[in-house]
Amino acid sequence: MVKKNKPKEALVKLGKDVVKQVSKKQNPVIDIPIRALSNVSFDKKTRTLKLGDKTSQRYFFNVSHAKKFLQTVEVASVSKSLLNSGKHASLRDVFYMVKRTIPKTKVNLVDDQSESDSVIEDLELVLDKSREQLNINANKNGSVSGDVIINDKGDTIDWGRMGSGGWSIPSNVEEIKFKKVKAKYLLYMEKAAVWERLHEDKYWEKQKCIIMCSQGQATRGVRRLLERLHREYKLPVYVLTDMDPWGIYIYSVLKYGSISLAHISEKLAIPDMKYLGITVDDIRNYKLEKHLIKFKDTDRSRLKQISKYDWFTKSKEWQRQFKMLKELDAKAEIQALSSRGISFISDKYLPEKIKKKDFLD
Amino acid sequence: MVIAEELAKKQREISISEFFVKNRHLLGFDNPRKALLTTVKEAVDNSLDACEESKILPELYIEINSITDERYNIIIEDNGPGIVKNQIPKIFAKLLYGSKFHTMKQSRGQQGIGISAAAMYGQLTTGKSTKITSKIGSKSKANYYELHLDTRTNEPEIVKEEVVEWAKTQGTRVELEIEAKYQKGKQSVDDYLRQVAIANPYATIIYKTPEKKKIVYERATDELPKQAKEIKPHPYGIELGMLIKMLKSTKGRTLQAFFSKDFTRVSAKIAKIICDKAGVDIKKKPFDVSREEADRIFKSIKETKIMAPPTNCLSPIGEESIIKGLKKEIKADFYGAVTRSPSVYRGNPFQIEAGIAYGGEIPSEDTITLIRFANRVPLLYQQSACSATKGVINTNWRNYGLSQSRGALPSGPVYLFVHIVSVWVPFTSESKEAIAHYPEIIKQIKLALQDVGRKLGGYIRKNIRAKEQREKANLFEAYIPELASSLAKLSNEKKEKIEKNLKIKLKKDLPILIRNGQEE
Repeated sequence: MVKKNKPKEALVKLGKDVVKQVSKKQNPVIDIPIRALSNVSFDKKTRTLKLGDKTSQRYFFNVSHAKKFLQTVEVASVSKSLLNSGKHASLRDVFYMVKRTIPKTKVNLVDDQSESDSVIEDLELVLDKSREQLNINANKNGSVSGDVIINDKGDTIDWGRMGSGGWSIPSNVEEIKFKKVKAKYLLYMEKAAVWERLHEDKYWEKQKCIIMCSQGQATRGVRRLLERLHREYKLPVYVLTDMDPWGIYIYSVLKYGSISLAHISEKLAIPDMKYLGITVDDIRNYKLEKHLIKFKDTDRSRLKQISKYDWFTKSKEWQRQFKMLKELDAKAEIQALSSRGISFISDKYLPEKIKKKDFLD
Repeated sequence: MVIAEELAKKQREISISEFFVKNRHLLGFDNPRKALLTTVKEAVDNSLDACEESKILPELYIEINSITDERYNIIIEDNGPGIVKNQIPKIFAKLLYGSKFHTMKQSRGQQGIGISAAAMYGQLTTGKSTKITSKIGSKSKANYYELHLDTRTNEPEIVKEEVVEWAKTQGTRVELEIEAKYQKGKQSVDDYLRQVAIANPYATIIYKTPEKKKIVYERATDELPKQAKEIKPHPYGIELGMLIKMLKSTKGRTLQAFFSKDFTRVSAKIAKIICDKAGVDIKKKPFDVSREEADRIFKSIKETKIMAPPTNCLSPIGEESIIKGLKKEIKADFYGAVTRSPSVYRGNPFQIEAGIAYGGEIPSEDTITLIRFANRVPLLYQQSACSATKGVINTNWRNYGLSQSRGALPSGPVYLFVHIVSVWVPFTSESKEAIAHYPEIIKQIKLALQDVGRKLGGYIRKNIRAKEQREKANLFEAYIPELASSLAKLSNEKKEKIEKNLKIKLKKDLPILIRNGQEE
């Protein structure tokens, strides 16, 4: 990969490299590291997913590459103009900045946002720069509250005084400066509804912790924020998800990294994080058996896939959970705890689990 | 045996005309609509056969006049050699009279039943006599006849006979009045004559429809097909009854002479093998051969290996003429044709030809149009019973770029032409509408179709390739200015220079590019 330089320099260099090939009458080519399971491995040392060094060549003069090549250069030039003007664009913005019909054809440069998103991920790898460094942001999606004061672009923000919605986590958290962090641990949950419950119950105040959520898979901003607090303040991180293959995978991504973002695992993954619940044992211990949702075929096949992931096969604890879950053939949502009382989760379940250190690793 | 023979003679004489009355569907007079077609068809067949035999470029005139909705007057006129005076009544007013039945020669008619059957049909349905004018050369005058057919005796009745002036140098004109129905579309006279024009591109056909519209099919070539040669029958091709009849009527004094004179491909040696196997003396007089002996000879023939008949007796249309014929009547983008080498079924030489027209003005939504011919005669009825249809269905047209559902004709803008040439075309019935399912014939049809299929497939692929090439070249041309401008912004270099260099590279690499693109 390219030596460490500034994002804008990296972009210009990419452009100049291609122009050089063009003036030599060569077929312009960009080397793109492959983002697929075939080029991803589990690094036992760092306990994160690592990207291999396989690359693919994207040529302009190739019938099946040409459009993708054009997209890559076009997105790079959009990013450069963003950096020049100091403005940030969302993934959706970039899609619209690139989208147009190529003159004299019926071909759209991009038809779907997934195409420009994928090119942006390619560029991160090619340039060794994160999306945020290229002034491209994901949609923000996440809330946090706790006894924390930060400074974001000159504004001082108290995470304990943000009303019922909490502080909304931006997509880029690189420039945030922590002024005060008073917490014993960090609790991340899969569901915004559960976060609202805990926030209303002033759980973070009572338990001296930070509570954070995203909806479904955690966005990059959320993951970066988790990682920074964990690393900079040595806060243990606990994860609360549904007990089903999808919830387990959310935990897996937070802990070890994901396949498509394996190249930045070191910035996103938190190998030390613990799985708090719901566990299959919790279902018995907290008498949730009558509040389960029957598995569908997709749940069963996903469970089978997940149980075979490298990083899970080594764990006896997890294999035991998978086995029991398979026998149960049903999922337990976090909200199943509400069957025991609306604030059962904040009054009983969470404090008890944390006190007993009843976690999975 | 003499009694049996007598009996056979009687049956033939007594019942033929009456048999026809009762079984007219067998000869193609099932209904008024088909009767019109059959009448035109028989007359046209005769005219074309006569012209070809005399090496005359045919010029046919067909006129159909509607008298009432159910009654039509039909005139067919040719520039053929004409018919000698005393033959005229028999040819037009006696069933099973003709030169073709007893010979093994490729011709349109083969039974000598057609035109006289039409004449009789006319007589039965309208009571009108058939009017013939014929002239055999510029020096003679024309003979005019009005004829009736005695349905009991199968003998002509001359109603009127005179010598007339006729401006034509030579030729024959037939005029009939029949009960009929005129309809357009498939299986119509119009459709038939158009197909005749395709399969006989050396003929000019002028057709005046009942609606008084004049349609002219101009000839597309002045080249007549080579003359078909008459051959003797091959032992494999005859039935037992035919064998017995031949034994009775041969001029050969011994079986040895009979075999070598009346058959093709039977040497003295082969004749001896046949007779020895049958346990019949080779010196025996054929006339004295008994029914049982004939039966043994018949079986012995089947068990003896006999060289296949000569096949140079056939006269196919030829690839060039098929294409000319198709081009003349069908506006298409691509034409192809193939004439297979001759083959043999049951001792009868035959040859298959296929032609194809693709694209252009041919509608592309429906299944293809299959046109079938036997000895250059269009076959309009019983398509599904025909081995040509079977051959088309059994060919995998998807290999050649057409879509096709299982067990069906393919779909696409295609006219498919299938022609069988033979000294004896095996039809499924006397009305000569469908080719019988002999495995050898179906095999040859399939091979011919595969040949033209490959030609079509090559064309379709090449065309699609050419189209793709153009599209892809255009795409790169369109991409280059876009890439140049993006790259210029990204690299702070000059757009014009980048664009110029990309264009040079494209010009150089395009052929390789497109080839590589196809391999992917």
